[in-house]
Amino acid sequence: MDIFIKIAGALQDWLMNGMGLSVTASELIATAVWALVAILFILVNLIILVWMERKLGAFFQMRRGPNRLGPAGFLQFPVDIVKVLGKEDIIPAAADKPIYKIASICAFVTTICAFAVIPFAKGMVLEDLNIGIFYFIAIGSTATLSLLMAGISSNNKYSFIGGMRTVAQMISYEIPMAFSLLGVVMMAGSLRLTDIVEAQQNMWFVIPQAIAFIIYFVATIAETNRGPFDLAEGEQELVAGYFTEYSGIRWAIFFIAEYGNLVAVASIATIMFLGGWNAPFGLTFLPPFLWFMIKVYCMIFMFMWVRWTFPRIRIDHLMHFGWKFLIPVSIANIMVTGIGIYVYRMITN
Amino acid sequence: MFWILAIFTLGSALLMVMNKNIFHSALFMVLTFIGVAAMYVMLQADFMAAVQILVYAGAIAIFLVFGIMLTQRGNMKQTNLFAKHTAVAGLVSLALVVINAFMVWNTNWLKSTAEPPQDTVGQIADLMLGKFMVPFEVAAILLLVALLGAVIIAKGVKKTS
Repeated sequence: MDIFIKIAGALQDWLMNGMGLSVTASELIATAVWALVAILFILVNLIILVWMERKLGAFFQMRRGPNRLGPAGFLQFPVDIVKVLGKEDIIPAAADKPIYKIASICAFVTTICAFAVIPFAKGMVLEDLNIGIFYFIAIGSTATLSLLMAGISSNNKYSFIGGMRTVAQMISYEIPMAFSLLGVVMMAGSLRLTDIVEAQQNMWFVIPQAIAFIIYFVATIAETNRGPFDLAEGEQELVAGYFTEYSGIRWAIFFIAEYGNLVAVASIATIMFLGGWNAPFGLTFLPPFLWFMIKVYCMIFMFMWVRWTFPRIRIDHLMHFGWKFLIPVSIANIMVTGIGIYVYRMITN
Repeated sequence: MFWILAIFTLGSALLMVMNKNIFHSALFMVLTFIGVAAMYVMLQADFMAAVQILVYAGAIAIFLVFGIMLTQRGNMKQTNLFAKHTAVAGLVSLALVVINAFMVWNTNWLKSTAEPPQDTVGQIADLMLGKFMVPFEVAAILLLVALLGAVIIAKGVKKTS
C-alpha cells in the first residue's frame, strides 16, 4: 500500500526534474493535486456513506430502503447527484447575496482543510504538523462560522434560529471534545498525529482513556449536527435549519461538507483512540491503509446506529448535558490521567 | 509574500471599519485574523497561528451572535453606526500611527541568525509552566474570577432572608 506515497514521490520528482520547476512550485502543484485527491476521497466516501445511511436507517426502522436502481439500490445516490446538479439555483430576493453564495463554499473549504493533517497510513499525510491535533480543533472551530453565515444571510426566521442553535451547540460541545483529546495527548506526549499513532502500537488508547472516548463520541455527534443532536436542522420545528433556503448545487455542497466532516471526525477518533493504521492482534495481512478505513467505517457505523435509534433531545437539555455533565467529567478525566501518568512514572523509575 | 499578506490583512481591516453592515464587518474581521495567523506561520510560530485561529477567528461566531442580539433594527443594512467626529478621529489615529512608527523605527531589534526552533509547543510549555508559572496562574485566576462575576451578574444572587 505504499503505492500512494510512491505516486506522490514520483509526481514531485517528475515536476522537479522532468519539468525543471523549482522546489516551491513543485510543492505547490503537489499540494493542489493532493487537494483534488482529498475532494475525490470525500466524494467516493459520500457515495458509500449515503447508501449506507439509507440502508442502515431502513434496517433500524424495519423498512426496505432504496432497492430499485443497481444492486441493493446502490445507484440511487449517483442518480440523485445528477438530479441535484440539474436543479435551479434559487437565491431569495431578500438574502444577503454575497454571503449567501460564499457560505456553502466556506463550509466545504474548512472540511478539506481538516483532511490536511490526517495520516491514513505511515507517511500518507500531506503535512505532518507538530501541532496536528490542535490544528484540527482550530479548523473545526471555524466551521461554526460558515453555518452561521448561511443562517443569517438567508434572511429567514427558520434559518436564523437554526444558525443560532448551531453556534450555541457547536461552541458548547467543542470544549469537551478538545478536553477529551487532551487526555490522549498527555499519554502520547505529542500533538503530532503520527506520533500519537506510533504510541499505540502495544495498546490502543481506547482502553486507558475509555471515558475520554465516550465523551469524544458524544461531543462529535453534536459537532457534526447529527441525530440525536441535530437541533440545528430539526425538520419538525425548523424546516431544515440553516440551509432551508438553499437549493441545487449549493445545498449539495453543504451536504458533502457534512459527510466530509463525519469522515474527518471518525478518522480523528481512529487516530486518537483506535490505534490509527496499526493492525489489531498482529493481523498484518491487510495493508495499514485498509485497516485505517475499516476502523473509520466502524466508527461511522456507530454514529449512524445512534442517529437512527435515539429521538432528538430538547435544546435546553442539550445545553445542560454539555455544560453540567460533559465538561466536568472531561476535566476530571484530565486530572485522573495526569495523576495516573505521575504515579506510573514513579513506579517505573 | 509578506506584502500580499500585509495588504490582505490591512485591506480587510479597513473594510471592516468602513462597512455599514455589522454582519459584514464581523466577517471581514475574520479575514483580518486569518491574515495575522498567516503572518505567524511565516514567522515559524505555527502554534501561535493555530491559537490565533482557534481563539479569535473561532470566537467571531459568538461575537456575531451578540452583535445581532444587541441590534435594534429590522434590517442589517445600516447597523454599524458612525460617530460624526471624523476630523478628530482622523487626527487621533494619525498621531497614533506616527508615534508607533517612530517607536518601531527607533528600537534596536534583536536579530538572531539561529535556526527557528522545530518544537515550538514544548518550549512554550516549558516557559509557561516553569519560568513564568506565577504570572500564568495569576492570569488563570483572573479569568476565573471574571467568569464567576459574569455568571453572578447574569443569574442574580438569591437573597437569603
